[in-house]
Amino acid sequence: MQSEKKSGLSLKTLFRSALDAMLIPFLAILTAVVLGGIIIAIVRGNPFLAYYGLIDGSFGSAKALSETAVWATPYIFGGLAVALAFKGGLFNIGAEGQLALGATVSALIGYALPGWLGVEIPTIIHLPLAIIVGMAAGAIWAAIVGFLKAYTGGHEVINTIMMNYIALNTISFLLNGPMKDPDPNNVIARTPLIADGARIPTIFEGLRVHWGFIFALLVAYLVWWVLNKTTLGFEIRTVGMNPDAAKYAGINVKRTIILTMALSGMLAGLAGTIEVTGLNYRHELGFSIGYGFDAIAIALLGKSHPLGVVLAAILFAAMRNGATRMQFLTQMPVDLISMLQALILLFVAADAIIRYIYRIKAQGERVVLTRGWGG
Amino acid sequence: MAKNETAPIVLEAKGITKKFPGVLANDNVNFDLRKGEIHALLGENGAGKSTLMNILYGLYHPESGEVVVDGNRMQLNSSRDAIKHGIGMVHQHFMLIPVFTVTENIMLGEETSHRAAPNENPLVRLDRKEVAQRVRDLSHQYGLEVDPEAIVGDLPVGLQQRVEIVKALYRKANILILDEPTAVLTPQEAEDLFRIMHDLTAKGVSIIFITHKLKEVLAVADRITVMRAGRVVGTTVPKETNEQKLAAMMVGREVILTVQKGPAKPAEEVLRVENLHVKDVRGLEAVRGVSFSVQAGEVLGIAGVQGNGQTELAEALTGLRHIESGRFMLSGKDLTNKPPRVITETGLAHIPEDRQRHGLVLSYSVADNMVLCDYYQPRFSKGIVIQQNQVDENAQKLIKEFDVRTPSAFVNAGKLSGGNQQKVIVARELSRPVKLVIASQPTRGLDVGSIEYIHKEIIAMRDRGVAVLLVSAELDEIMSLSDRIAVMYRGQIVETVDHKDATREQLGLLMAGVHAAA
Repeated sequence: MQSEKKSGLSLKTLFRSALDAMLIPFLAILTAVVLGGIIIAIVRGNPFLAYYGLIDGSFGSAKALSETAVWATPYIFGGLAVALAFKGGLFNIGAEGQLALGATVSALIGYALPGWLGVEIPTIIHLPLAIIVGMAAGAIWAAIVGFLKAYTGGHEVINTIMMNYIALNTISFLLNGPMKDPDPNNVIARTPLIADGARIPTIFEGLRVHWGFIFALLVAYLVWWVLNKTTLGFEIRTVGMNPDAAKYAGINVKRTIILTMALSGMLAGLAGTIEVTGLNYRHELGFSIGYGFDAIAIALLGKSHPLGVVLAAILFAAMRNGATRMQFLTQMPVDLISMLQALILLFVAADAIIRYIYRIKAQGERVVLTRGWGG
Repeated sequence: MAKNETAPIVLEAKGITKKFPGVLANDNVNFDLRKGEIHALLGENGAGKSTLMNILYGLYHPESGEVVVDGNRMQLNSSRDAIKHGIGMVHQHFMLIPVFTVTENIMLGEETSHRAAPNENPLVRLDRKEVAQRVRDLSHQYGLEVDPEAIVGDLPVGLQQRVEIVKALYRKANILILDEPTAVLTPQEAEDLFRIMHDLTAKGVSIIFITHKLKEVLAVADRITVMRAGRVVGTTVPKETNEQKLAAMMVGREVILTVQKGPAKPAEEVLRVENLHVKDVRGLEAVRGVSFSVQAGEVLGIAGVQGNGQTELAEALTGLRHIESGRFMLSGKDLTNKPPRVITETGLAHIPEDRQRHGLVLSYSVADNMVLCDYYQPRFSKGIVIQQNQVDENAQKLIKEFDVRTPSAFVNAGKLSGGNQQKVIVARELSRPVKLVIASQPTRGLDVGSIEYIHKEIIAMRDRGVAVLLVSAELDEIMSLSDRIAVMYRGQIVETVDHKDATREQLGLLMAGVHAAA
């Protein structure tokens, strides 16, 4: 009796839990859109035209779709980075720095390595190498914070912020100095273009969307699989949910904290790396500003679930991408998008408001964002 | 000792019904309290005692029913209202600020200030002296000796409880609700409390005494009301009842209160502890040179009032706490300061003291919790991939074997009752091949039925030739399960006695640090 009932029950509960998880973010978006519409109307704009512009600009044509995917790619990686850390009970505010570091390092490998070796490197070696080194840079940068947390109790929120300053200022120095594009006409703090062998090809002729987007989707699946199907994922989630029980269960909590940060930093590093190798073909000072912080928002909106992160990333990408079309049609400033995003996040974070408006009962557990200082 | 049955009713709950999502916590509950009586409210966890008390104290609002105080129907909207009507509550977990003095704690929320000059802001000065004097007066009046200048954190638990009672009296309470007041006391301290309770009632205070300890109820209550599953099962007086009858009322069936067990057959030594020193969270030495051994097939009980190093001892032996000096061996293998996994794999089953903090991940399914310690073993994992089928099968088997009441193996552990949560842990720990079981407070806060079950399992392990180290603050539990009893006091084992020679009085004295020889 039990085995038959079991599969049906588990499928049903799985479906229900997925639905429950998506309900609040969905209603938060809906509420934000309505509120945003009211605000547009107050400033004498046409909310319907504005939203039409937003949708048309992000999904209305092949080019629009391509650009949305281009925006979504770093958002997915960054969102996964922060979400994975959340699952491990850690708040990685340092995605910003890890991402920039990954971008810088892989740009260096991309433009300088052939010169150092004195040979042209085939794509099959050069591109993976650029990506792996970028990932490693992010991983190591974040692992330092994990180490400090595990062995000294130094809180990761403070330390990732501090590491951001170090990373971003070091990168600023590098891009203005040793790594600056030597072209005499160049006045911008940016690296030279990376070699052709280190570039991710585009998917369609004439559109900017590149295979990095597909790679991001694969990585999202991989993160889900690791978290939910492997012993490593079990350890990360257990440490995140209840570090005391994890210790009791014989899990090496210190090692797991360091590993979780390293994996999170690796994903953030990937976000930067893929932007360099797939889109810009160089790293330029300031191009990645805000990605790491948007990543936190995306992880929150996606409830730290890889699928949720992908959906949230696409939503944010669409809003960023469609904003220009919206502005063109209605003369509403692009800043409106930031306000919409802020509203969505506000409602997701303060979900009591949404529960109150739509009379939804609170469901069991909450996401553990961060633990007590020094814990 | 029966009080005047015509004494006026000071507090009455009429037809109280309170629903929580999915649970009828109070179902048409009637309860009354006469002036100057001790009315015990008895029931298992989840019977609805706390809900009823929270309603009387103004913290919950019932769906229907009313609360009558001194003959007037009352609308209690907050604890402030309850206090205004003379109702005081002493919670199981004291609501005291350890770094404040007794006086400061008592005046908290009722600060008396005085103006040095007429135009001075009245918030500026707290009148500690005046309050301290009133505290002294109250202490004398009710026989509750306590130093108003003492820092609360320095006081023993029994005195802290007194502070709570004085705090209620200071707020002019004439109805006291005591929630599980003896849980943290030594038998002697509990006797003191009972004396104080009688003194208070003699001076006209009425007391509601919430507990699940049958002996205490019979000893101090004037009337006893038993609750089960949100309803009042009945009200009786100590003369007309006994432990058996009360237990049956609580559980709804006959309960075997005494543990059935044959004599122990101790075999080879399994656990050996030598001169162990362990520090507590604050860095103070909590275990100060403890040595003992446990043999296969016997239960060694560690008795003691909470906070005398038993927690730290158990944590040290399970790898959760650093050992400063000394060593311990499991089956001859030195495991001092080894990680928990090494100790577990050597053959330890650990039923932790705090089941929700250490024993379970509440947001995980029952199935996942049942493999919390061996998810990585080849039984459940191929390489790094967890075999969910095996995990689920294991859960189905254990749920049946250990009679865990759960809607399914996929329900979050946090949704189960305390007793069933503990059964999940017991099932996980006792189903592994182990040589030693360390059970810390294995039945704390559980219902009588679950206690009965867990006791049976522990004895079954012993009879299978496993060594059992039982740490418990419940003297009855220690006495009924142990073959030998070691009493801990201030981090040391003051004496080890055979269970046949042990008496409650002797153990109680040892627990209070009074050595038999002295």
